[in-house]
Amino acid sequence: MTFLAEMVYIAAAVLFVVGIKRMSAPATARKGNLLSSLGMFLAVLGTLIHFRILTPEFILLGMVIGSAAGAVLARVVKMTEMPQMVALLNGFGGLASLLVGWAEYHKNPSADLYTAVTTFLTVVVGGLTFSGSVIAWAKLKEVMTGKPILFRGQQTLNAAVLLSVFAGGVLFSMDPANNYPIFIALVGVGLLLGVTSVIPIGGADMPVVISLLNSYSGIAGCLAGFVIQNTVLIVTGSLVGASGIILTNIMCKAMNRSLANVLFSGFGSVTAKASAGEKGEVKSLTAPDAYALLEAAGSVLFVPGYGLAVAQAQHACHELAALLEKNGAEVAFAIHPVAGRMPGHMNVLLAEANVSYDLLKEMDDVNPGIDAVDVAVVIGANDVVNPAAREDASSPIFGMPIINVDKARTVIVMKRSMAAGFAGIENPLFYKENTRMLFGDAKAVLQELVSEFKRT
Amino acid sequence: MDILTVLPFLLMIFVVAILLGTEVISKVPSILHTPLMSGSNAISGITVVAALVAAGEGHNWVSTLLGTAAVAFAMINVVGGYLVTNRMLSMFKKHEEPKP
Repeated sequence: MTFLAEMVYIAAAVLFVVGIKRMSAPATARKGNLLSSLGMFLAVLGTLIHFRILTPEFILLGMVIGSAAGAVLARVVKMTEMPQMVALLNGFGGLASLLVGWAEYHKNPSADLYTAVTTFLTVVVGGLTFSGSVIAWAKLKEVMTGKPILFRGQQTLNAAVLLSVFAGGVLFSMDPANNYPIFIALVGVGLLLGVTSVIPIGGADMPVVISLLNSYSGIAGCLAGFVIQNTVLIVTGSLVGASGIILTNIMCKAMNRSLANVLFSGFGSVTAKASAGEKGEVKSLTAPDAYALLEAAGSVLFVPGYGLAVAQAQHACHELAALLEKNGAEVAFAIHPVAGRMPGHMNVLLAEANVSYDLLKEMDDVNPGIDAVDVAVVIGANDVVNPAAREDASSPIFGMPIINVDKARTVIVMKRSMAAGFAGIENPLFYKENTRMLFGDAKAVLQELVSEFKRT
Repeated sequence: MDILTVLPFLLMIFVVAILLGTEVISKVPSILHTPLMSGSNAISGITVVAALVAAGEGHNWVSTLLGTAAVAFAMINVVGGYLVTNRMLSMFKKHEEPKP
């Protein structure tokens, strides 16, 4: 009978891979997700049928509670809150692996060395994924400060925690049968490690952190698979682990920072001082002036940042884009990889506002032809369009890839005021010859432009 | 079975899965990275398979309790992950270009 279960697991693994493969295009992605869920259904069903289940009432209880909570969560979550949701799910994945490792150990404490080592690793990685994700969630939800929490001796503490993980792991693995207290301590230390490693990371770096924790949750699942020697857990855990690492890398590259720098530097704890030197003149314009510019434009490129979502201006932005298209202009949206609060977040927010996905362009696709763009409209974005990243070697963001809006014929920057951006860095874009500032709340300004268009 | 016979086999699966995963996932465009993450949350809920066994074998009440909790958390990932991914993906639509 084990054979049959293994076959079902192989089928599930294939469906997971095919599901991800279908995610290579928006048109097929939804079906991919369905295939993947079919794989999961088969795996669960196969397990229930194959294994002798002696306490079905408990299992049923767990499944009902979990499914109901998941369904509610998926239904009520706002698209702007997706990062929090993913952080939470990362954490639950880690916690599930931790609990499985613990249950296995409790069942059979006198396991061999292999099982002891893999169990201890599962519990530690699962635990740190859980507690780290809870901290990331709290920072994103702003129930705790988004500022890096730094204190003296932090590095020493982290080193001590890490050292105790290894020391405890070795002690435990040598004699698992007589070391239940050490096992419990390892659970605690794993949880502590998650907290101490995420608190020094600033809120602005959470996209990297949740990508990394996503990877950890996969690794924890993979390790659990090694404990019980289950192939489908290993395959799936590896897929998730790889996915998280790839996304982490993309995020780091888009900010031109190393992972080590994100994790350990406490970036954002010091406010960058305003750069000296001549700034030039800021030229502002009114909504009717902006309308005149847009009305005459043959091509318009929108560059949205998270400020767009904060102002809840996605729908107004879509409406303006649609009117511009009707007016004969070529319209596109340029999305920087770190726009939004997690990888791909801005795309989801615009899709929710009914923006057609073929208008959503990646940074590398728009930059080569950007000097042919008549008007670039920057909404609630700042650092990702800051030319200092290209020109000013002393800038903290120097070297970061940006959307080169300053090379467009005209740039309209919608902004509340002249305050510096999230990272507190001066933006020379605002003083450029071809830049016009359009001050005000993004939503109100966009709606004003829309009504200007509708009046004519 | 002796672990030294099984371990190379498990490591082989691990290595091949990593390579395959890297290959497939790097083809996912950045426009879909958020659904990719929530979708991978869903499939990492596969831990439910291990949790079911741990909860259902009825060895002792502690294992059953830990297993049941693991089942619940993994199911949040499975159901919540797939549903929210589907919700997001259904928003990605291609609209006809307006005829001038």
